[in-house]
Amino acid sequence: MSWIKDIVDPKSRAWEEFYRNRNQCDKVVRSTHGVNCTGGCSWNVHVKDGIVGWELQATDYPELEEGLPPYEPRGCQRGISFSWYLYSPLRIKYPYLRGVLTDLWRAARAKHDDPVAAWASIVENEASRKSYQQARGKGGFRRSSWDEVEEIIAASTVYTIKKYGADRLVGFSPIPAMSMLSFAGGARFMQLLGGVNLSFYDWYCDLPNASPEIWGEQTDVSESADWYNSKYIAIMGSNVNMTRTPDAHFLGEARHNGSKVTVLSPDFSMTSKHADWWIPSHAGQDGAFWMAVNHVILSEFHHKAQTPYFMDYLKRYSDTPFLVKLEERDGVYHAGRMLAADALKGYRDEEHAAFKYLVWDEKAAAPRMPLGTLGFRWQEKKGEWNLQMKDGRDGSDIAPALSLLAAKDDELQVAFDDFGAASSVRRGVPVRYIETTGGRVAVTTVYDLLMAQFGVNRGLAGDYPTDYDAENSPYTPAWQEKFTGIDRANVVQFAREWASTAEKTEGKCSIIIGAGVNHWYHANLLYRAGIVSLMLCGCVGKNGGGLNHYVGQEKLAPVAPWATIMGALDWSKPPRFQNAPSYHYVHSDQWRYERAADEARIQPVAEHNAITAGHTMDHQVRAVRNGWLPFYPQFDRNPSEAVKQAEAAGAASNQEIVDWTVKQLAEKKMKFAVEDPDAPENWPRLWIIWRGNALMSSAKGHEYFLKHYLGTHTNTVAPETAEGSVKEVKWHPQAPEGKLDLVVDINFRMDTSALYSDIVLPTATWYEKDDLNSTDMHSFIHPLQAAVPPCWESKSDWDIFKGLAKKVSELAETHLPEPVRDIVAVPLQHDTPAEMAQPEIRDWSKGECEPIPGKTMPALVVVERDYRNLYNRFISLGPGARGGIGAHGLSWSIEDYYDEMAQGPDTVEWGGKKYPSLVDARDAAEIILKLAPETNGEMACRAFAAEEKKVGLPLVDLAEPTRGVRTTFADLDRQPRRLLTSPIWSGLSNDGRAYAAYCLNVERLVPWRTLTGRQHFYLDHPGYIAAGENLPTYKPKADPSSLQDLVVTPGDSRSIMLNYLTPHGKWGIHSTYGDNHRMLTLSRGCHPFWINDQDAAEIGVVDNDWVEVCNDHGVVVTRAVVSARLPRGICILYHSPERTVGVPKSPSRGNRRAGGHNSLTRIRLKPNLMLGGYGQFTYGWNYWGPTGANRDTFIRVRRLDGEPQW
Amino acid sequence: MDIRAQVSSVFHLDKCIGCHTCSIACKNLWTDRKGAEYMWWNNVETKPGTGYPTRWEDQEQYRGGWEKAEAVLKLKLGGRGGLLGKIFYNPALPGMDDYYEPFTYKYGDLISSPAGNDQPTARPVSMVTGKPMKIEAGPNWDDDLSGSNVYAANDPGVVKLSDEEQQQMFAIEKMVMFYLPRICNHCLNAGCVASCPSGAIYKRGEDGIVLINQDKCRGWRMCVSACPYKKTYYGWTTGKSEKCILCYPRQEAGEAPACFHSCVGRIRYLGVLLYDADRIEEVALNEDRDLAAAQRDIILDPFDPQVQADARRAGIPEQVLQAARQSPVYKFVKQWGVALPLHPEFRTLPMLFYVPPMLPVISRENQGRQQLADEFFTTLEKARLPIRYLAGLFAGGNEEEVKAVYRRLIAVRMQRRSVSVGDLDAAEVAKAAELAGLTTEQIDALYRMTALTRIKERIVVPPMLREQAIEAGMDPEEYKQGMGFGSRKAPKRRW
Repeated sequence: MSWIKDIVDPKSRAWEEFYRNRNQCDKVVRSTHGVNCTGGCSWNVHVKDGIVGWELQATDYPELEEGLPPYEPRGCQRGISFSWYLYSPLRIKYPYLRGVLTDLWRAARAKHDDPVAAWASIVENEASRKSYQQARGKGGFRRSSWDEVEEIIAASTVYTIKKYGADRLVGFSPIPAMSMLSFAGGARFMQLLGGVNLSFYDWYCDLPNASPEIWGEQTDVSESADWYNSKYIAIMGSNVNMTRTPDAHFLGEARHNGSKVTVLSPDFSMTSKHADWWIPSHAGQDGAFWMAVNHVILSEFHHKAQTPYFMDYLKRYSDTPFLVKLEERDGVYHAGRMLAADALKGYRDEEHAAFKYLVWDEKAAAPRMPLGTLGFRWQEKKGEWNLQMKDGRDGSDIAPALSLLAAKDDELQVAFDDFGAASSVRRGVPVRYIETTGGRVAVTTVYDLLMAQFGVNRGLAGDYPTDYDAENSPYTPAWQEKFTGIDRANVVQFAREWASTAEKTEGKCSIIIGAGVNHWYHANLLYRAGIVSLMLCGCVGKNGGGLNHYVGQEKLAPVAPWATIMGALDWSKPPRFQNAPSYHYVHSDQWRYERAADEARIQPVAEHNAITAGHTMDHQVRAVRNGWLPFYPQFDRNPSEAVKQAEAAGAASNQEIVDWTVKQLAEKKMKFAVEDPDAPENWPRLWIIWRGNALMSSAKGHEYFLKHYLGTHTNTVAPETAEGSVKEVKWHPQAPEGKLDLVVDINFRMDTSALYSDIVLPTATWYEKDDLNSTDMHSFIHPLQAAVPPCWESKSDWDIFKGLAKKVSELAETHLPEPVRDIVAVPLQHDTPAEMAQPEIRDWSKGECEPIPGKTMPALVVVERDYRNLYNRFISLGPGARGGIGAHGLSWSIEDYYDEMAQGPDTVEWGGKKYPSLVDARDAAEIILKLAPETNGEMACRAFAAEEKKVGLPLVDLAEPTRGVRTTFADLDRQPRRLLTSPIWSGLSNDGRAYAAYCLNVERLVPWRTLTGRQHFYLDHPGYIAAGENLPTYKPKADPSSLQDLVVTPGDSRSIMLNYLTPHGKWGIHSTYGDNHRMLTLSRGCHPFWINDQDAAEIGVVDNDWVEVCNDHGVVVTRAVVSARLPRGICILYHSPERTVGVPKSPSRGNRRAGGHNSLTRIRLKPNLMLGGYGQFTYGWNYWGPTGANRDTFIRVRRLDGEPQW
Repeated sequence: MDIRAQVSSVFHLDKCIGCHTCSIACKNLWTDRKGAEYMWWNNVETKPGTGYPTRWEDQEQYRGGWEKAEAVLKLKLGGRGGLLGKIFYNPALPGMDDYYEPFTYKYGDLISSPAGNDQPTARPVSMVTGKPMKIEAGPNWDDDLSGSNVYAANDPGVVKLSDEEQQQMFAIEKMVMFYLPRICNHCLNAGCVASCPSGAIYKRGEDGIVLINQDKCRGWRMCVSACPYKKTYYGWTTGKSEKCILCYPRQEAGEAPACFHSCVGRIRYLGVLLYDADRIEEVALNEDRDLAAAQRDIILDPFDPQVQADARRAGIPEQVLQAARQSPVYKFVKQWGVALPLHPEFRTLPMLFYVPPMLPVISRENQGRQQLADEFFTTLEKARLPIRYLAGLFAGGNEEEVKAVYRRLIAVRMQRRSVSVGDLDAAEVAKAAELAGLTTEQIDALYRMTALTRIKERIVVPPMLREQAIEAGMDPEEYKQGMGFGSRKAPKRRW
């Protein structure tokens, strides 16, 4: 074969240097991407001639234990396209200011020497205010200077603080873990001001409420390597191969290691390809599938065969043996509250007896009080908060009964709601009668209630199904067919395989779950149904087992020191942290477009009573008044003005100021701002957005944002319908448009939020700054580093906020020269004794109880702000940190470390004192690494020692072997470092073991942070009982007729109504990457609308046709992809397109620019997720609260007439 | 006997997640230039689907590869004489519509638009003409598009199935897709090399990498036609053709090719194979159904002392022989027999092999309910894709080849299940191994290579011995002293 050439003529191959030259580069720098993808991948950025050329993955991860596949390489198609942004025409190189505002500002500054006066002259003139508001989003940017834009922002800040109050300033930046210091810079700035930081995890609908409900934990999951340990993996609502790209290999590899993979998905997804079983269950009906699986597991593995491993697990680690009172109403019994020690003579004098719950002791044939429940957590005597099954009074062993079947006094008929059929069934339950201080009560166990709820026929009377084929009896395999479309035989087989795998492997079954399930209105129930199957089979707290929820990069590993810096807690506390779903629901006026009657249909309840009735807005107001949820602005007046008024009325001490405030509220002389959010004094005024796309990709109800926040053009046509059905809030006939005085966006690319902001500040990209990054998908911590300096005029986020702080301090010299006292309202907090505040729901505003701050209403705290020294404080780690840092109700001392740092080389000095330096993000990163138990072995030992004291069992041994570890930023540059085992988290990762959630609880008997200290099947909150969600249950998908999506949008034969799904997609992480050339080239040059082939045929749409997708909220125009891969009745527009790239105009909405995916959504808050002040249902920022659910949305789609217009 | 060393590859399609990270790693490094915008040396296709360029597998249209004429092999495009006649008019040449017109957007408008009464947007524009354009094709147009009556239905492999089989593939019960990543196969019997009128294309003797000499290429584009995989591309600004270079500059530095390095599904394996170049034509002349086996047969055993001795005589360095013994490709292709060539019937003897994907069990509709086959794992008989389709892709239509692979993959899963859970019947596990024709040790080794390997075990780049290559032309010390000096220049154009 003559054409095979040997190396005989090097000259003829000298040309080969052509390609060699390209490959050569000058340096390689380790960095990563701060993008909320959960990837947290280590990347090598290649720099050639001072220009970033390309990136490739690092492959030097330390290995985990023998038998696990390695992590390398991590990084996906999106991440590897990042270098495109740096020098692209989309890059923001300079500060920009909207032209209309530029002219106004320059004219005002010519007239006013004082910038604050200049700002006042613009915003206090309605015509000038409107003129720049209406120009938002419509071009006309002008290049400005840092000096000019900093001055405008600082002037607006100072103006707002003086005129309306600091709690009218709001900052939004999501997901700190992706670039912790960039987040912290802005949050620190806002909190030093007294401004508000909005939550993100719940707003993004990433928060799985079932996790706090069951485990008292925001989220804790296994790292992806642990999937490999799982022998039966059920995937639902998560498209691992599409959205967990760097981790998907563990799934594929687990298959080859003999794991069975099942995928529940309505469409044939990328992940379905890896399934043994693709279970094409109907969209949003996963809960019904799992309810039936649980029926089979309970019937066969609990009732017929009492699987010893499962029984033992439940007794130790769940609330199943705890006693629940049955309450009679109208001749029928209902499951009620848990029986607590205060009801029994022998126990009633125990400290916090009302929060020490009881089990039935088989041996003693009496109720007993095991350790580890909530009362033990907060009692004076420490060391009894653990999971030993011992009596808290005398330390004797308890043999808890799961069921009272063998020891019953009686059998009572109990009512169980069947929401699927809008009826209820009566089923017999075994009970004991117990003499309590309040008389004789019938009690049963949580386990017995579960058996009855799931319809396991144990020979008791009542509406029990006779077999699996009972179609109308919840929750049999036959029952679920009408909801899921999956054959009953498959459910039975699935349940058997699942449970027998768990039995053989002691818990190595897992669920990988995500946004596809979590974004439904009833997501908490869908999740609970699945988690029940895990708990019933002893799969939680086991390697290879558990619920692996991956939605959002929520795990910020070194959280304790980071939180101190981020919240400026080293200078003052409490911070103003607000749950964003409530904030936007109220302030963007989306509540005005709902009817109470429709909401009641979306959320069927067990009891129509004072707890469940009313408009969602009324629930929201109650939640704020009762201290369940935060809300800012707090009051109808400036909080520092309120302090002055109290002082004028004679209040001298902080306590007297608080007392005065309570009195004003009680007498309704002062109102909560949430009671009248449309009054101008209660509007948010200045919004700073950074690291996120708050106006588009996360803005559920985007068009309402444009209308009510920005005051610019909107495509919504929805009618306002709340008038008459809201009772607790003042109705203004005319909704305000343009509440915000100033919107500032910090960005490296011109995304939709930047396009609609007044000021755009150029920020350094992820290859141009130092920062830290962690995730729950793996157990390493990564640096972001500057491969090249910040390009053009960009600066890092930390430096941007530092600059703003300096400018504010300068203006404060004149405007706020003295320290200012500010009263801060904060809700009842999780992981504090406030978990015992409200076992009953009583409304002080209705006279049902006294208004007591921190008990029946929000806590009120007077703090002092020092605006002149704002900058100094920003760059210094304040003395407040010295006393200790911590998280999750655990703290430990760092005095020696603080003092050493304050004497060291990296300090700042002002006011005659030296402080550890926070001048640069890198300084802050070093301090975090030095103080975090996850990166400093000494800190881990201290944290475990503190935990030992509370728990009363040995724990420090977990950290001893790595006590000498000290990780620095330079170490992270050298090689990825694995996080140390820490009591802030619940997994054990010693010696390369894969991190799996709750192993610490299971192996070391550390309680979960719940009412019983165990995992909860049963939620005895009165609000949950009223909602009918005290037991795991099924609630139907919302019917389109009650959703108010299509009230005025016309329907005709050329259009079709579809359920609108927006799952995470392949070509972007949220909106990032999805606008870049690489991703658009590989994805049809747009973000297409996926539709089933028959649905498409019905409206005459063929592949790649332009379509117009409408509902009352807004409109999207894009091209269609037609595929039988999707079932009929649903459509997919993958999250999250920008409306900035290739979006034509919409003929049906006045030929205006069409929107993005969130133009078609609106927030719907689920009221029982607002409850608070009791056990695990107590507020934590990003831990608890209603989520921004968006799956229950319907649209109409039609072919676009004619050619698209631009 | 003419022993040669070839850097070869295996793509494990069961592990492929269709993410396209490989494509972008390649694009960033090699084809992010004017004139190269539309080139995707590495691309990933959804199967069933039509691919890039569209329907490239249809050689009745594109005339790529070789055909058997009696006992002689000739280029489907025609012999050398015929080729010359096509230099100025070649109807089988793919045009821009077969690839796509590269597009971008007027991003700058977002920042520079003057104040107006509506929101600005960045319109799509052609990268060729700079003018606004309609986007109607792309390099990955039918991504994830199973069940498409436009694309999946026109997959040349699907078209060959029976009507009934085709219908099944568009019902939800049978819905299925998988991914096929493709790069240059660096074939032993490369059509591109044979077709080049300028003699600009050659296989490197030391590693078999096929390159187009950018100084010698005169842009006749016969290689574009003759490559049945459509993996050579014409650069419309330089007037020269380019193709995947298997990242020889990276390999020379001991690094994995960029697409291999970046493969986050960890599906890519690379290593040296030894083969007998004297037998190429004889192998390529086999019947379609025997081609996969014949191609395996040409690969020599690097552990065989005789082969080693012959190889040394042929000048293959000891270090390369060592690498050949560590080659994962040898194990997958020869020892375990689970990797097959793509379209062996094109007769170019491609040196990239694929492990076919295991797909979910089939279901059937039962009164509006989906009823899944009740097998615990996916099986040969109940898989969603007809074996015939896979055999058409990887075995010249020989279903037995594909079945044999599946039996082995299933045996691995059963053995691992048995070891790690212990809930399978031991006799069944043993029977599966026996059917697969693999020993317990082989199954374990296959499992480890599939699941547990580190990058250096997956990708065994042979030492490229650059100092010796350079020494053939100049003193390596002198080379070291002078390397890198000089100005960058584009390759010469001849006219």
